[in-house]
Amino acid sequence: MMPFSSPDILFTNARLLDPASGLDSPGSLLVSRGLIADHGGSLGVPDGATVVDCGGAVLAPGLIDLRASLGEPGNEYRETIDSAAEAAAAGGITTLCALPDTETPLDDPALLQYVWRRGEALGSLSILPYGAATRACAGKDLSEFGLLKEAGAIAFTDGTHAIGNARVMRLALSYARAFGSFIVQHPEEPDLARGGVATEGEMASRMGLAGIHPAAESMMVARDIALARITKGHVHFAHVSTGAALDLIRQAKDEGLRVTCDTAPPYFDLNETAIGDFRTYAKLSPPLRREEDRLAVVAALQNGTIDAIASDHQPRDADDKRLPFAQAAAGGAGLATVLGVTLARVHGGDLSLLDALALLTCKPATLLGLETGRLTRGAPADLVMFDLERGWKVEAGKLPGKAQNSPFDGRPLEGRVMGTWKAGKRVFG
Amino acid sequence: MIAYPHRHLLALQGLEPPYIADLLDLAESYALLNRSGKTQRDQLKGRTLINLFFEDSTRTRTSFELAGKRLGADVINMSVSQSSVNKGETLLDTASTLNAMHCDLLVVRHAQSGAPALLSQKVDAAVINAGDGTHEHPTQALLDALTIRRHKGSLENLVVAICGDVLHSRVARSNIHLLSAMNCRVRVVAPPTLLPAEVERMGVEVFHDMKTGLRDADVVMMLRLQKERMAGGLVPSAREYFRFFGLDAAKLAVAKPDAIVMHPGPMNRGVEIDSAVADDPVRSVIGEQVEMGVAVRMAVLDILSRNLRRNARP
Repeated sequence: MMPFSSPDILFTNARLLDPASGLDSPGSLLVSRGLIADHGGSLGVPDGATVVDCGGAVLAPGLIDLRASLGEPGNEYRETIDSAAEAAAAGGITTLCALPDTETPLDDPALLQYVWRRGEALGSLSILPYGAATRACAGKDLSEFGLLKEAGAIAFTDGTHAIGNARVMRLALSYARAFGSFIVQHPEEPDLARGGVATEGEMASRMGLAGIHPAAESMMVARDIALARITKGHVHFAHVSTGAALDLIRQAKDEGLRVTCDTAPPYFDLNETAIGDFRTYAKLSPPLRREEDRLAVVAALQNGTIDAIASDHQPRDADDKRLPFAQAAAGGAGLATVLGVTLARVHGGDLSLLDALALLTCKPATLLGLETGRLTRGAPADLVMFDLERGWKVEAGKLPGKAQNSPFDGRPLEGRVMGTWKAGKRVFG
Repeated sequence: MIAYPHRHLLALQGLEPPYIADLLDLAESYALLNRSGKTQRDQLKGRTLINLFFEDSTRTRTSFELAGKRLGADVINMSVSQSSVNKGETLLDTASTLNAMHCDLLVVRHAQSGAPALLSQKVDAAVINAGDGTHEHPTQALLDALTIRRHKGSLENLVVAICGDVLHSRVARSNIHLLSAMNCRVRVVAPPTLLPAEVERMGVEVFHDMKTGLRDADVVMMLRLQKERMAGGLVPSAREYFRFFGLDAAKLAVAKPDAIVMHPGPMNRGVEIDSAVADDPVRSVIGEQVEMGVAVRMAVLDILSRNLRRNARP
């Protein structure tokens, strides 16, 4: 953590929201020495404290992003850690879990520590790197889970690459138990998905694009649930996007297996029609699905099958995207829009505000064993202030940070971040 | 005739029947002129037509070249080999080069679905899709429709069987869109491994057996099977494919007695079509398809150039 020197801050006239405790009430919050000192209906102003009048805006724990890719190290033309931090702060994110499948994969303790330290040096964003589950994220040989965990690995994954070999996945789930950690899987059966660039079906057929059948996701989920059962390991499925996979995850949870999952805003806000006219900004991995799968993801957010919403940020350069659809890089920028698109489900009546925020704060914190993500007295003052009603429009080219490849380009949103604080220091707004 | 409402011809999906009928009527008149020997026109005088081919093609490129020249355009052929693509020049670098040359009409063939659509967003020229990946090949479907219309009088209620590798065929997709729009009954006949997912939702009847799929057909349209499909495991062998899905006299016998046989070329004789059928002077209209290709492309260039004139640069 950063050495601390800022003055005390008193937030007044706030709508305090703490999903962990269910708190939703008007009041004040005091930050002292970078920690949450107190909150309540009305607090006195301590000597020398800065007062921030929230004007009725929401004050909530800073967001914990379970899944984002950084361009650095290796693809700085797409995004640097500095530019990602700028976008994260603008999006209300104070903790970001970085995928290890960078150009130079994070399969070595020194590399992992480098990324973590870069985050600490920023002071605006905690970067918690995942360790590569296999060397070079190549899916063959396990990496050094113990040493990587000592160096700060939050968990293990091959990032955007599925661990396709069942034996390797079994070993990874077993071995991770020794270190109290878990494996994050990109749930897509690689042989079935090979060459595909869109969800298989009428849309892809008409566009002449090679399809990936949605079953590529559910069959990988089914396999890994079976492996979780025999290893007693913990598997976490990333960016789950189909109803069939979510049904399997629900059953596994009911059975008591250690199975968790997240999804990302594109999968509950967009469907496959977004790729019409060969719009490469909407080319994602997994690909955007049919409307019925989008609705299934919304339902799973409501019923608790999904444990967290992650930005699934994948920075891409314009030249990575200005290509014929099949050749364009998959992935969307997501840091600046994850809150706004999640709030669209609140405004749409699908989720309560507390439930929506829980998926971005205390629930991922619990999964990762973090003390942040809550308005707890004594916890680091990682905070976001947002106006629930304020409208804005996502415009690629005008987003904070370097990566502009938003699949939500042109989408109007309600709910805008007004300020972000990291350990009591204002980092945005 | 009503004015064509678009700047480009990128796809037939969604093109309304009156515009299709107009294009076919104009193409028919060019076909008659071409046959009469009065071939030289001046509709495109002073216009620059560039054939931009990222994939090898002799037939389509030559056909566009001839069509452009007959209408008086300055025609330039640019073959962009795979090697220069691999050197890193992107499609959009190419677009800015073409803009600098003040190209009016741009004919594009590319191995990737959607590539002409991408180019059309960046170039000043009217773009004609001459085949993009497995997406569409609009002028091929137009020339097929013209050929059918000349033989059958009308497209209305005809039974057209499209046979073979529909999965990888841009020709099949464009034909399905056009023929369905013109009220044909379109069938696709292929093993399931060579059909796109949910092809039935494109308004076609699906058959996996030639003898039922060809029954009472007015038109039998064969598609090329590329050799690499066999390497990819979609079809076990050429001999098995020919036995079950290749068109020979026995399979053709279940179609209507006056059914015509079509193929977009180039043919794999003995794979998807038997030479005796391909060369049958009565049933096969494969040669006429090539002839109609020039007329159709003249019509397309003519119609798109009318919209150019209206929006002419100073």
